[in-house]
Amino acid sequence: MCENFPTYIAEEIQEPLTEDEAALLSEDDLSKLGKSRRDFLGKTALAAIAAQLLLHDQAFALKYMSDAPVTNNAVSELAMTVKMTINGAEKSVAIEPNVTLLDALRERLQMTGTKKGCDHGQCGACTVIVDGKRVLSCLTLAAQAEGLNITTIEGLGKGDELHPMQESFITHDGFQCGYCTPGQICSAVALLDEAKRGEISYVSTNISKKPPTKLSDDEIRERMSGNICRCGAYPHIVEAIKEVQNGKAEAKSS
Amino acid sequence: MNEFKYLRASDASDAVSQFSKESKSKFLGGGTNLIDLIKENIEKPSALIDVSRLALREIKKTANGGVSIGATAKNSDTANHPLVRENYPLLSQAILAGASQQIRNMATNGGNLLQRTRCFYFYDPAMRCNKREPGTGCDALEGLNNYSAVLGWNEKCVATHPSDMCVALAALDATVKVKGADGKERTIQFADFHRLPENTPEKDNNLQTGELIIAIEIPKSNFAKNSYYLKVRDRTSYAFALVSVAVALEMNGKTIKQARIALGGVAHKPWRAMDAEKLLANAKADDATFKKAADAALKDAKALEHNAYKIELAKRAIVRALKKAVDGGIA
Ligand SMILES: Cc1cc2nc3c(=O)[nH]c(=O)nc-3n(C[C@H](O)[C@H](O)[C@H](O)COP(=O)(O)OP(=O)(O)OC[C@H]3O[C@@H](n4cnc5c(N)ncnc54)[C@H](O)[C@@H]3O)c2cc1C
Ligand code: FES
Ligand code: FES
Repeated sequence: MCENFPTYIAEEIQEPLTEDEAALLSEDDLSKLGKSRRDFLGKTALAAIAAQLLLHDQAFALKYMSDAPVTNNAVSELAMTVKMTINGAEKSVAIEPNVTLLDALRERLQMTGTKKGCDHGQCGACTVIVDGKRVLSCLTLAAQAEGLNITTIEGLGKGDELHPMQESFITHDGFQCGYCTPGQICSAVALLDEAKRGEISYVSTNISKKPPTKLSDDEIRERMSGNICRCGAYPHIVEAIKEVQNGKAEAKSS
Repeated sequence: MNEFKYLRASDASDAVSQFSKESKSKFLGGGTNLIDLIKENIEKPSALIDVSRLALREIKKTANGGVSIGATAKNSDTANHPLVRENYPLLSQAILAGASQQIRNMATNGGNLLQRTRCFYFYDPAMRCNKREPGTGCDALEGLNNYSAVLGWNEKCVATHPSDMCVALAALDATVKVKGADGKERTIQFADFHRLPENTPEKDNNLQTGELIIAIEIPKSNFAKNSYYLKVRDRTSYAFALVSVAVALEMNGKTIKQARIALGGVAHKPWRAMDAEKLLANAKADDATFKKAADAALKDAKALEHNAYKIELAKRAIVRALKKAVDGGIA
């Protein structure tokens, strides 16, 4: 494993802003813009920004990862080949048994959309969807994912089109620093599927019957409690999820 | 993470036989506890035998009207299974009180039973811990022991068992079916599954080395209408219990015909409060009875320096859970 290579450093190094980013940020104090900011950030613009940020992220990964001692480990005699489908594409990765799915994604496949927060199952930043269920990639061995279907944040949208949950997070300012966001969004997408299947939570009041498919705020909060946001964007995250669930604009809570 | 071999078992017999062939092997369920402990360098297996894909997922009625829950069924699937929701809502509620949806989607029932304590001193290699390193001592005893046990502990170990699911299983008189390295199966009463620290706190339970959990069985009961799982924690969700209470009642009008009470977060194992149960049997369901039962449940409790609050908290939680159960719980 690339234990001596602190991957988070790559993400924390601030690259100079691109022209587009600089232009966007100099627009005005973003917090004052409110509605007009959202109007300005129309769908196309959003998709373009998202796509660009993604490219940026990947370029970063390549730049900083290609020198990382990946090969040190890949030749270990315990190495094995794991095949899985990631965002619709079949992938084959040579890894050692002690490599987590999270590290395989980020360090071997250069898919850095999935974030490493705590690496111990406590924050939800690494949430991905495996065979339709949200799980923590930091506590899943890549070897355990053999033959499974994995969806990461990179695979939610279609081409330039964002997933409705991604759009809603942007509309409702469902993040500040954005570090927890890929995990929050994957979690939220899976959450609505769970609700459709009639699954219950600890705050459901009638366990033996099917609960309403439209979740209350309390239900959403309980079901999202596995995703910690150190910026405290919680109220906005709940609004974002509600909008996708209810299929209409929710009044902003603040 | 240390290195280990990864082996996938094809069926239960293959799993126990692979286990016995490796020197320091561990079964791997969802990995939510084991992988974490390997990262922490607390568990150091040389081989993991992945049993999470074994065909032991079934949740079905048993011949005598109970339900059998497969060891590799996920916690979330178990909590949501119609047989469980209808007949044992207490179990659904307890499972859903634990961890997060992501973790419950990964965690297997077998793994849940064998998850290890969350005592900080067990996790911190700079501290002495008899559970982690037998014979070294217990730094929690005189340390920050606000999360430690108040029942059944001794000076060797004050750790608590962290599972919510197990508290409900204890109350529901479950049994655990296991398969040994010799291929033979045996059934263990839930009350005898986990153990108190005694002289060997490194042993959490009475499984023999290499025994694989196959299924958990819950007998038929009339508790579904009046049961309740109450969990008290430092934050509203996604935290281990300070104290939890599983209550299952069979009512006859305003009288309690029979009762089951189990406590979590207070002892080295899920704690059945038999004395309280006896008091409740055939008693009128009122506050005075509940208070008496709560006192009886905690009468042998002994506080450490920082956890006396748990005794009062547990009593109040019992009274409240009993009230909720009488009022129809969550079924
Ligand atoms: C952040 C966090 C919060 C949590 N909060 C809670 C909580 O509030 N309440 C709660 O109850 N739990 C909580 N948990 C714990 C969680 O419920 C357990 O980690 C989980 O149930 C373990 O199941 P698993 O299948 O992942 O086990 P694994 O981690 O795979 O295995 C655990 C142990 O069981 C053994 N094992 C697994 N399957 C079998 C089998 N079939 N036969 C024999 N041995 C087997 C393994 O060898 C290992 O020793 C939390 C976990 C995390 C990470
Ligand atoms: S990084 Fe996986 S839960 Fe925090
Ligand atoms: S937006 Fe910063 S951690 Fe959630």
